[in-house]
Amino acid sequence: MKSSVIIFPGSNCDRDMDVALKKFGFKNQMVWHNDPEIPKSDLIVLPGGFSYGDYLRCGSIAGKSKIIKSVIEFANSGGLVLGICNGFQILTETGLLPGVLLQNKYQKFICKNVYVKINNKENKYFKNIKKEILELHIAHNEGNYFCTEEEMKSLNDNDQIAVTYCNEKGKEDEQFNPNGALKNIAGIFSKKKNILGMMPHPERMIDKYLSSNDGNFFFENLIENLK
Amino acid sequence: MEVNEQIAIDHGLKKEEFVKICDLLKRTPNLTELGIFSAMWNEHCSYKSSRIHLKKLNTKGKKVIQGPGENAGVIDIEDDDAIVFKIESHNHPSFIEPYQGAATGVGGIMRDVFTMGARPIANLNSIHFGSPQHPKTKNLLRGVVKGIGGYGNCMGIPTVGGQTSFDESYNGNILVNAMTLGLVNKNKIFYSKAVGINKPVIYVGSKTGRDGIHGASMASAIFDEKIDEKKPTVQVGDPFTEKLLLEACLELMAGKSIISIQDMGAAGLTSSSIEMASKGNLGIELNLNKVPCREEKMSPYEIMLSESQERMLIVLENGKEADAKKIFDKWNLDFAVIGKTTNTKKIELFFDNKKVAEIPINILAENAPVYNRKWKKTKLPQKIKFKKDDFKKLKIAEVLKKILSLPNISSKEWIWEQYDHTVMGDTIQKPGSDAGVVRVHGTSKAVATSVDSSAIYCNAHPLTGGKQVVCESWRNLISCGSKPIAITNCLNFGNPEKEKNMGEFVECVEGINEASKFLDYPVVSGNVSFYNETKDKGIKPTPAIGGVGLIKDYKKMVTMNLKNSGNLILVIGKTEGHIDQSIFAINILNEKKGPPPVVNLFNEKNNGETILKLINEDLVNSAHDVSLGGIITAVSKMAIKGKKGFELNKPKVLINKFDYYFGEDQGRYIIEIEAKNLSKVQKILKDNSVHYDEIGLVTEKDVIIDKEPIIHIDDLIKSNKYWLEDYMDK
Repeated sequence: MKSSVIIFPGSNCDRDMDVALKKFGFKNQMVWHNDPEIPKSDLIVLPGGFSYGDYLRCGSIAGKSKIIKSVIEFANSGGLVLGICNGFQILTETGLLPGVLLQNKYQKFICKNVYVKINNKENKYFKNIKKEILELHIAHNEGNYFCTEEEMKSLNDNDQIAVTYCNEKGKEDEQFNPNGALKNIAGIFSKKKNILGMMPHPERMIDKYLSSNDGNFFFENLIENLK
Repeated sequence: MEVNEQIAIDHGLKKEEFVKICDLLKRTPNLTELGIFSAMWNEHCSYKSSRIHLKKLNTKGKKVIQGPGENAGVIDIEDDDAIVFKIESHNHPSFIEPYQGAATGVGGIMRDVFTMGARPIANLNSIHFGSPQHPKTKNLLRGVVKGIGGYGNCMGIPTVGGQTSFDESYNGNILVNAMTLGLVNKNKIFYSKAVGINKPVIYVGSKTGRDGIHGASMASAIFDEKIDEKKPTVQVGDPFTEKLLLEACLELMAGKSIISIQDMGAAGLTSSSIEMASKGNLGIELNLNKVPCREEKMSPYEIMLSESQERMLIVLENGKEADAKKIFDKWNLDFAVIGKTTNTKKIELFFDNKKVAEIPINILAENAPVYNRKWKKTKLPQKIKFKKDDFKKLKIAEVLKKILSLPNISSKEWIWEQYDHTVMGDTIQKPGSDAGVVRVHGTSKAVATSVDSSAIYCNAHPLTGGKQVVCESWRNLISCGSKPIAITNCLNFGNPEKEKNMGEFVECVEGINEASKFLDYPVVSGNVSFYNETKDKGIKPTPAIGGVGLIKDYKKMVTMNLKNSGNLILVIGKTEGHIDQSIFAINILNEKKGPPPVVNLFNEKNNGETILKLINEDLVNSAHDVSLGGIITAVSKMAIKGKKGFELNKPKVLINKFDYYFGEDQGRYIIEIEAKNLSKVQKILKDNSVHYDEIGLVTEKDVIIDKEPIIHIDDLIKSNKYWLEDYMDK
């Protein structure tokens, strides 16, 4: 399976994603934001970081960058696009995913382990995944998912809510919501479920010496589903 | 403008220093030249009060690749890998403007590390604030934490450890010390010494603005009521540009075109160009019209003294300019050839086709003033005769809960959750532990690192305090199973022109040196921050020690959280019950006098090395050093982290139980072992003549101390967890 990780100036989880993808068997390539095109891929990843410094709205400049046109074309033709953290913010800025990521409710950057529940397994990302609740890691200042009522209705009607913050037993309660996101949303799909944007970082949780290795479930399953 | 004595004094120079300048130059300097002198001769850049004492430090060792004198120290961690590391202060700017002050402190130290060719892999910080009741404390703390996070998080370098304290002596002068570790191949280290004449001098990075002019001079002065006027001397950080600069520099360094490289830190273009030339015994010629400027009509004076951030100066091989420029173009950074090396041994500056400054380099560097300031010894205070009858009213459990909730003991999660501590995917021990541990990417090795200081002990007796803080650093690294290799120090003190403050400095340095020699734990880099004083009130002497240790096989790393009920708890090292200057004496008995605990370097070394033996034999399930709050605080912290309980029984020794549990004798550790391993552990301890007490065992959730009523571990967790969160957010 071939994957491509797009590097924007200011991306800083690109290497971590590269390490994770390769660990689970992807042939990964790094693609610079000014490259004319993206090599043939089964998966495109927009990694975390602070693209272009995020001095404007997070992800907004990356959302207008040269490479992003190819990402949009790839996504519109049904290709798999995964955006983690800043990648999720970029996906909402391009309009590939609805809604926005506001500043965290408590106005602080927050870095900690969280539990998320998988809400929809009928897609390439989570089909057959061996665990319902994953312990992953968040590290962001703007992860407070927000959208209009119509958008929320559409997200619900189309089963687009991918993962939600919860406790280790899967209970979704406001007290387990780290950033104030609507409905504890940690990640959403596009209508066709080929695009996934999420705040938690599975690539940081891929071996037992780290504070969790639940990222393994995510990547092992993803490559299996793509085969 | 004609330069005169008053203008020199306004630049922070002393009258006699101005006379010396005129003598050395054999004329009166012009304003640009005076600015350059003031930048090079201030305390911050010249180390004029500290130099003769720093020379005595133990800086050599088998693992030392580069000691003090470069941008950062370098140590060997085997297999051609080396760690570049340094700690630096950004105290004065952080008090004036906490967000930018702290942010640029972090940016500056990272530049020092990647200037040497290393990719930063971990950040730490040591931050000290005034009393929690002081009206400025909360905002300063909030701003500093946001600033540290804002810069480090954006760079994508994990902040894996640190230390925060509150003390009223920092009311008018907070301390912000930032430390960075970087990883480099030991054969590809870059240095600042320029070699060869007629080599192009390149400016890369951000443009030069008017920010931070005289920053280094500001950091060499005491504060008064006009402090807010100093805001323009604080630099503004741009972590995004620094991230680009990091990637661009590392890309350029992968080739062979760089002769030497130096970041523009304190005193900007002035000190970077002079240092490169001075180390290479060369001259340097700069055309200031070529310097990329952010603002219009900047004068040579302003260009030379600006402390705009995210800039580097590079001496390149001839003919490599175009290739190098391509890399900086790719990263959208300025790249300009601004001058060349010469054989004149002078710095010569040109602007609008005129020579605007000409100074022999040796006058600025080697001939900078050096002072052997007067200093006063601090006598060892008399031991306090505590009225042990007073203890009878105290309940151990209540005292313990109170201690766990004190500002200086309670959890600092509110702080470190704002720092990205897991980016780069190699953090295997997070903040809130004895040390932060990061793997050496792609290998079985890991480096452990911590930063420590003990202002209370240093204030009571600087010589002992200096020794103690090095030992505490050593213990923190031992506790996670790493072999301590070397340290960096950030020496934060008051006004060196006062004999008492100067004495604190001299004796702390002596203490650091003694411990560093005995433990073979050399100092490889560091920084001095004097003049931490406001309206005649100085800080407690606060040397901060950053330590780095190596774990050869990270699978053997030890953590501090208690693991399994039924396991035994041992105290390693002898408990004498020293409570003078302890948290217990100060906060519970309200007694602030007395000597700090004695440091016995032999025991320290022997106990530490024996713990490493136990860890290497896989006999230790968890370990933690005993520091503030004594044995019982240490065990409680291990229990809180492991969400386990414990049962303790004081051994039959002739020490009052409060002294036993809360005393802060040095050289001690708590370890958790499996009962079946007891005899093996005992044998190793006895063979190495290490004193130990078997004091109890791990339980599921109950905390039982000397058969007193049971407390639930959740009570201790609650006591420890919320003080800072409540203080900041409620």
